[in-house]
Amino acid sequence: MVDRVDDAQTADPIAQRLRDLGFVQGEPVRVVATGPLGGDPLLIQIGSTRFALRRSEAARVLVSTEAAA
Amino acid sequence: MSAATMRIALVGNPNCGKTALFNQLTGGRQKVANYAGVTVERKEGRFTAPSGRMLQILDLPGTYSFDATSPDEQITRDVLEGNYPGEQAPDLIVCVADATNLRLHLRFVLEVRRLGRPVVLALNMMDAARQRGIVIDVPELQRRLGMPVVETVAVKRGGAQALIAQVDGEVPAAAPAQPDDPLSRADLHAQVRELLAATVSMPRATAAIDDALDRWALHPVFGLAILAAVMFLVFQAVYAAGKPMSDLIGDGFAWLGGHAAAGLPEGPLKGLIVDGVFAGMGTVLGFLPEILVLFFFILMLEESGYLPRAAFLLDRLMLSVGLTGRSFIPLLSSFACAIPGIMGTRSITDPRDRLTTILVAPLMTCSARLPVYALLIGAFIPLRRVFGIFNLQGLVLFALYLAGIVGAMAVGWTIKRMRRDRSEHALLMELPSYRLPKPRDVAIGLWERGMVFLKRLTGVILALTVLMWFISTFPSPPAGATGPAIDYSFAGYIGRGLTYIFAPLGFNWQISLSLIPAFAARETAVAALATVYAVAGGEADSAGLSHALAANFSLASALSLLVWFAFAPQCMSTLAVIRRETRSWRNVAIAFGYMFAVAYVAAFATYQITRALT
Repeated sequence: MVDRVDDAQTADPIAQRLRDLGFVQGEPVRVVATGPLGGDPLLIQIGSTRFALRRSEAARVLVSTEAAA
Repeated sequence: MSAATMRIALVGNPNCGKTALFNQLTGGRQKVANYAGVTVERKEGRFTAPSGRMLQILDLPGTYSFDATSPDEQITRDVLEGNYPGEQAPDLIVCVADATNLRLHLRFVLEVRRLGRPVVLALNMMDAARQRGIVIDVPELQRRLGMPVVETVAVKRGGAQALIAQVDGEVPAAAPAQPDDPLSRADLHAQVRELLAATVSMPRATAAIDDALDRWALHPVFGLAILAAVMFLVFQAVYAAGKPMSDLIGDGFAWLGGHAAAGLPEGPLKGLIVDGVFAGMGTVLGFLPEILVLFFFILMLEESGYLPRAAFLLDRLMLSVGLTGRSFIPLLSSFACAIPGIMGTRSITDPRDRLTTILVAPLMTCSARLPVYALLIGAFIPLRRVFGIFNLQGLVLFALYLAGIVGAMAVGWTIKRMRRDRSEHALLMELPSYRLPKPRDVAIGLWERGMVFLKRLTGVILALTVLMWFISTFPSPPAGATGPAIDYSFAGYIGRGLTYIFAPLGFNWQISLSLIPAFAARETAVAALATVYAVAGGEADSAGLSHALAANFSLASALSLLVWFAFAPQCMSTLAVIRRETRSWRNVAIAFGYMFAVAYVAAFATYQITRALT
């Protein structure tokens, strides 16, 4: 579950884009797959959409784990 | 409403099936161009509605949000608001949304609604949605959005009927325009959630088939194996299907040139027509089949949704050398020819990553280098076994390919270190559902790219080919001259002049001279060397040429020439396409300059080291 997306710097366009793509509070997310080299990038599923995010991008998204599998 | 043309703009998220819908509406009647000053494609088509009204449809670039992060999105926003110079605001906006992915796409619909212009929502891919058991309460959605909602299946014949009927009727009233600020922006997600809860029931978030395919395609081991197999197949196809057709076209033009020559009197005009126009055009058009075969596969991979998966697998590797996962396919294409490779960089959304990819693409060993490599390796590298299993000639060829790849990585890395803008550029790439490519969309895509190649490149190449012919023909040799005519031409003087530059690399004046036509097309270096050494039969009889070469150059010169060809700034078609794709002569100068420097230094080192060792 997404808690919030933090800006890495002021007026961070990547954080803004993540929010536009639906990374907003209360949205369930799941890591579907990881890249073959060093586990980067991550494939994140949010709703019915899958996004490839590099770890540095995904680091902006703060999540909290729920009891759900 | 008057009989005047109605302007409709198609907008939507990437991967919503917008282009398929556009093709469905307009068929082949479309005009592809670029927006002035940028390489964002502008696609426009028209069709006559059942009422007899002419509808003009503009296909805008796929957009996630109006918070423009790319030139595409900026243009989309400006056009919709009527702020784009030379572009009138559309009379009606058709917002396309993927019915299987409404959570993401509806948010953009709401953003478009806030512009305060007439909007129709097309729920696309309704067939896939039904298959997955997704039920959408269309009347309720229509009521809540306050805009007409129609269902479409862009990939099926007649799948846009409802949309055509809708846009042919009255223009719907626009919702009041609303200001765009971060606060209300966050609010959009809440609205989407509310809308979804009230109108859509979805049994599961993703298609079972996508999950199953991705389990294999993105697997750390099998995924890479599948990718390698796909790449291998594409390569084979370009050689197996493209090459014979290319040769056929080349032969066809030679034959045509021969016939044209028969009807012309001897003289410069005949030379121009046969050697300049026909031979030059034959070389240019000869690229076409390989380009089309390659684009066919790229389009298939693009349409099926595999391309972003390949980018996902390779992103980490490419990032370490200053590129992005998306650079992979254009670079792969460049092994056939850098021209389609550079054209293929359009799929890289980030302008900085795109430029880096364009700059390193010519270092990939294209098929035109192969005849030169084959000739020199055959003449100078002994046919010997190494470690019992490897063939020395094959190893040298492999080393040359590897040199190109390593060179590209080094250059990418250097560009990454040198650029002032060190800001983070995101990958943030959607992996869409897998789809079966539709023959019509692939065919239209091929047609568009083929035409772009022909129209824009033939002009430049033709002009340069004629120039090439001119300097190698004039002035004519004086009466009683014994050497080949080319010795006395401007090209001959230039070749000897070039020796001052190229002597440290171990090039004699004949090699230097052959570099001039090689600049037009690399493989012509073989023919040019054949001409200056006056070997009968030319390219057809490369064994004779091999002997002549082996007698005239040292091993050091030959290796140096091979290395030169691996890195040198060639050919001019590549430079022309860099100019066209980046719209900047500065980038052409950078590409030419750095490749010249790299080639010069590498060839110099090769020559001096080989000479010291042998």
